Amino acid sequence: MRACFGRRYTISASHRLHTDALTAEENRATYGKCNNPHGHGHNYVVEVVVAGAVNPETGMVVNMVALDEVVRGRVIERFDHANLNLDPLFVNRVPTTENLSRAVYVLLKDALPAGELERVRVEETENNFFECEDE
Amino acid sequence: MIYMTRRATFSASHYYWNPAWTAEKNEQVFGRCANRNGHGHNYTLEVTVAGEPDPVTGFVVNLTWLKDIIERDVLVAWDHRHLNLEVPEFAVKESAAIIPTTENLAIAAWKRLEPSVTAAGRARLSRVRIYETPEIFAEYRGEP
Repeated sequence: MRACFGRRYTISASHRLHTDALTAEENRATYGKCNNPHGHGHNYVVEVVVAGAVNPETGMVVNMVALDEVVRGRVIERFDHANLNLDPLFVNRVPTTENLSRAVYVLLKDALPAGELERVRVEETENNFFECEDE
Repeated sequence: MIYMTRRATFSASHYYWNPAWTAEKNEQVFGRCANRNGHGHNYTLEVTVAGEPDPVTGFVVNLTWLKDIIERDVLVAWDHRHLNLEVPEFAVKESAAIIPTTENLAIAAWKRLEPSVTAAGRARLSRVRIYETPEIFAEYRGEP
C-alpha cells in the first residue's frame, strides 16, 4: 500500500522581493511593502510530504529520524536565521515563497531516495502557502 | 470537481511492537514508541471527498451525513480506545500484527470509510489524512 507521510518544520528567515529587471517604481508597484529596502522576515513552515509503500514490518513509509536529518542538513541549516537574498540559489531569482518552495523541493529531491519526495509546501504566514510537486 | 473535507478529532493510545521481532529489535527500531504500557495522542482525522455540487442543493455531499459516517465508521471504534488492544485491524493474529502507525491508521480509516462513501453514490473518497501531532501526518488516497 502506498501512503504519504508528512512532517512540518519551521524556519525563520528574512527576504526582500526585488528584481533588477524592473525599475524602482515597478518594483514598488509589483511587490508593495515586500520591496522595502532593508527586507523583512517570516516564520516559515516547511511541510515535507514523502510517499512510498508502507513497510509491512514497521508500518512506516520512512524513518522519521532519517528524514529529519536530511531536512535539517539540506534545508533548515541553510535557510534558518538567514537572509534568503544572500543565498546563492537566489542570486538571480527573487526569493518569493513560490521560488523558496521550489528551491526546497530541489534540495530535498536530490538528497532523498529516488521517488520518495511527493510534495513540499511552504507557509509564509498563516494565510498564504505555496506548494511544489514534480511536474 | 470539488474536493470537500471534514475534520474530526479522536484520542487514543497505542504502542509500536512487531511480535515477530525480539524486544531488543523493537526497542531499537521504535524507541520510546515501543513502551508496552503505551502512550496516547489527540489525533485529527481529515476526510476529503470529491464530486460535483448538486444543482439543487449546491452540496457535493451533505456535511452532516459525512460527519455521521465518520462517527459511525471510525470514531465509535477508535475514540478513547487502545488501538493495539481494542481495535480489530491492529490485533495480533498468528504472531503478526499491523502496527498502528499513522500510515496504517490512514489506510485503516480509508478502508472503514470508502464503502459508505461509495455506496451513497454522491462523491468518491479522495483522501484520508491523519495528524498524530500538529507536526506529523500521514495520508492515503486509495493507491495499491
